[in-house]
Amino acid sequence: MKTLVAAAVAAVIAAAPAIAETKIGLITTLSGGGSHLGIDTRDAFMLAVEQAGRDDVTVIEKDDARKPDVAKSLADELIQKDKVQVMTGIIFSNLAMAVVPGAVRQGVFYVSPNAGPSALAGKGCHENYFNVAYQNDNLHEAMGAYMKAEGLTAPFILAPNYPAGKDSLTGFKRMFEGDVAGETYTKLGQTDYAAEIAQIRASGADSVFFFLPGGMGIAFMKQYTAAAVDIPVYGPAFSFDEIILGAVGDAAIGVKNSAEWTHDLDVPASKAFVAAFKEKYGRVPTIYAGQGYDTAKLILAALDKADPATDPDGFRAALAAAEFESIRGAFRFGPNHHPIQDIYVREVVAGPDGKPTNKLVGVALKDHQDAYAADCKM
Amino acid sequence: MTLALLVEQILNGVQLGVMLFLTAAGLTLVFGVMGLINLAHGSLFMTGAFVCAWVAGTTGSFWLGLGAGALAAAAAGAVVEMLVLRRLYDRDHLDQVLATFALILVFSEGARWIFGPQPLWLDAPAALSGAVSLPGGAAYPIYRLAIIGAGIGAALLLWALISRTRLGMRIRAGESDREMIGALGVDIRTLYTLVFALGAGLAGFAGAMVGALQSVQVGMGEPVLILAFVVIVIGGIGSVKGAFVGALLVGVVDTMGRVLLPMGFSNFMPPSEASGVGAALASMLIYVLMAGVLVWRPQGLFPAHG
Amino acid sequence: MDKTREMVASVVLLAALAGAALWADAAGEPFYVNLASRVAILGLAGVGLNLALGFGGMVSFGHAAFFGLGGYACGIIAWHAGNYEPILTWPFEVEGTDRMPPIWGVAALVCGLAAAAIGALSLRTSGVYFIMITLAFAQMIYWFAISWPAYGGEDGLSIYVRNGFPGLDTYDALSFFGIAFGALLVALAVSGRLLGSRFGAALTMARLNPVRLATAGIDPFPVRLTGFVISAVITGWAGALYADLNGFVSPTMLSWHLSGELIVFVILGGVGRLVGPVAGAAAYVLLETFVGGATERWPLILGLALLGVVLFARGGIMGALAGRARHD
Repeated sequence: MKTLVAAAVAAVIAAAPAIAETKIGLITTLSGGGSHLGIDTRDAFMLAVEQAGRDDVTVIEKDDARKPDVAKSLADELIQKDKVQVMTGIIFSNLAMAVVPGAVRQGVFYVSPNAGPSALAGKGCHENYFNVAYQNDNLHEAMGAYMKAEGLTAPFILAPNYPAGKDSLTGFKRMFEGDVAGETYTKLGQTDYAAEIAQIRASGADSVFFFLPGGMGIAFMKQYTAAAVDIPVYGPAFSFDEIILGAVGDAAIGVKNSAEWTHDLDVPASKAFVAAFKEKYGRVPTIYAGQGYDTAKLILAALDKADPATDPDGFRAALAAAEFESIRGAFRFGPNHHPIQDIYVREVVAGPDGKPTNKLVGVALKDHQDAYAADCKM
Repeated sequence: MTLALLVEQILNGVQLGVMLFLTAAGLTLVFGVMGLINLAHGSLFMTGAFVCAWVAGTTGSFWLGLGAGALAAAAAGAVVEMLVLRRLYDRDHLDQVLATFALILVFSEGARWIFGPQPLWLDAPAALSGAVSLPGGAAYPIYRLAIIGAGIGAALLLWALISRTRLGMRIRAGESDREMIGALGVDIRTLYTLVFALGAGLAGFAGAMVGALQSVQVGMGEPVLILAFVVIVIGGIGSVKGAFVGALLVGVVDTMGRVLLPMGFSNFMPPSEASGVGAALASMLIYVLMAGVLVWRPQGLFPAHG
Repeated sequence: MDKTREMVASVVLLAALAGAALWADAAGEPFYVNLASRVAILGLAGVGLNLALGFGGMVSFGHAAFFGLGGYACGIIAWHAGNYEPILTWPFEVEGTDRMPPIWGVAALVCGLAAAAIGALSLRTSGVYFIMITLAFAQMIYWFAISWPAYGGEDGLSIYVRNGFPGLDTYDALSFFGIAFGALLVALAVSGRLLGSRFGAALTMARLNPVRLATAGIDPFPVRLTGFVISAVITGWAGALYADLNGFVSPTMLSWHLSGELIVFVILGGVGRLVGPVAGAAAYVLLETFVGGATERWPLILGLALLGVVLFARGGIMGALAGRARHD
């Protein structure tokens, strides 16, 4: 009898995490430049929460307007006033650098749906920080490996002159290994690439690799096509999500880009997600939406096992185990809480409705882990 | 660097300069005639691009979009002038800076509300796509040549308007003596609205033209605004001629700086570092140019008022 | 012009700020205490700008340069202290520090020197040219900060451990507010004394009638330059405190938007009022926090509110509280 009571008590305690309320703070970019990334992340995240149908999870949304000081202040508000246990949502690395170190030191869990600066993957890693998307260099490394495998020998590479841009070209060269035909850094936010395009044409390159996120990539692709240069173009997925393709138009057709997930991936969970997202929001989900969805699924799966408020160690272990149905298929974390995953190559093609879209063409890297994991001591 | 590449890069600089002139002309005109410093000028540039993209997307015609973009920017300019800015002409520059800073917020958020947060699609018309060969072997996009042509055409029209027509005479009179033209029986309020709408229309036209080259998105007017200010300060605020010279100077210096500085540093540095350092200096170059001009000639190259 | 009324309004405003912080601390809401610190620091930056803009008539559209330089001085020194790497090894070794007073000293020195150089060149011009050349200098520093990789570039620089102050636990929200509020009071007292002095009279005269100042045998240029430098030093001090409040510095602190926002604080509060910028910063932060929390469209509301103030309520908040502005 006594053991029966004890078992019942144990069962009640075990079930307790499902009853306790968990608050998740979601800070993302909903206004100003780059807001379509934040909106896609938010929409997919909320879709997953809605599908889970749980009334013990509250998500508090905040708009950082892409300003680091605003993001920092919102994070403090969520932690100190709303007492959230889990935070997520930030898109841009400079905002993540403002928020994450302070947040995890205050005992909050931060699960990144996009930004993966190298500083947080190596020496600055933390046991409460998880990245569901990638370390920032991953997609560039994958493209370097892919272009090398394709037998290209003289790529012209360009990126904006800021840390993520430098990481990008360093990551590319890390896996490409050979010499490049030319290497150029442009001004952040530059809108006219005529001078760089003329240099590309004159350089004798056999391919172009560029990392120009957001409006910069749109401008570059349109001007590149208008200049009638016939050197093939490669890049990370950042300039080729479905929303940007809508603004670039047919100029992007034929471009190969690397991504850790794509909407035509042959994984049941992915197909279900794409259908549900289209149904609810009427558009094709971008990789940011995919990352937002996986982030929510991971957090919800970990909440089933442990309550971060009462059992942070159990919750951390549950996050690290990553036992959830990822839309990428298999998903696991490396020792620095960044994914070890396959990275795919997609080609931009004309979709069934005539609008350009991405089509899966191959795998660039299998089970890829970032280069900073070894520096991480947690 | 080969001669053909050099010619191509100079053309690129000229094209950037011409586009800057279209934006800066309205800014300098408004300052010259009304004494108003208008930070919201970049928002009118953005208005032109957004309306052009929207009309071109709905009707399928870039040319309709271009006309609509310029007209919409002119109309938006006229409305803003009548509702807000005319109350600021006799205020100090501080109030003007603040009010037009507020207008940027209103325009940007308004555009995001109406058109959504995602960038819009706008492509060059088929007639102007493709490239032509330049002597020496390089190819140059026809659309960029068209921008150069349109910009120079607009500059000539503006010059003819100011020096050859009755409206231009009144504008010149307004620049030199505001009370006098009132005494001549000219309806000064209408004149001011017209001048403002003209400047806004030029900015909208530039925005629509450039929209086909880059992404049409909220905030696209701000970098252009800062560049346009650099242009008119170098040229002399209020002088249309100064704006033209300043625009070409800024366009060519900015383009050549981006090309030549990394090249220069690579003589004594590893190429990837040289590119970084060169790009960093290139992004500061036009501000250095502007500071240099102002130290040398505090009123700009072509001072408008003696 | 009613000096007593302005005085009363100023004291009430400052007391309200301190009261809000104390109340929030008692209620166990450190977030609101930090919000009050934010108001005090941004107000301090505005007080600095107001000295140049409101009293000296120098419309600087580049004060973010000093705010950001102060922030970077703090961030860089703390970074070196945190990593045990000396800042200089030659000609003599300089270590970083994690104490606020020496950091403030360096921030003030850096901003003072920068302002002396920028001011000496910029003050050769006037009017719109002055507005634009200050903007150009700020943009130069902004682009430099973005592309210079050593201290994070556009990613910014984190200050992992908040710098200390002798005798206080700076991690305690109320103690930090005390430091920020103390800095604000010191800056207000210094500005007040300065404006009441012969120098203040000369600065005001340099704005109202430089020719008359010159005929009185005083060259307006050094007077203006001194005013500009003091103004920059105060704004830089605010930048150093802001870096510690956020635990973070980035090029956004140097952007032209921030220069615009600083002008907004000054005008929203009331130009030429000593405590005006504090009122302006308070209104701005409250609007950003509460309207921004309710709707993503808050920039629209802010824009319309600013237009309303410029067009119809020229005295700003202090004007509404204390009657017409003193220099109309």
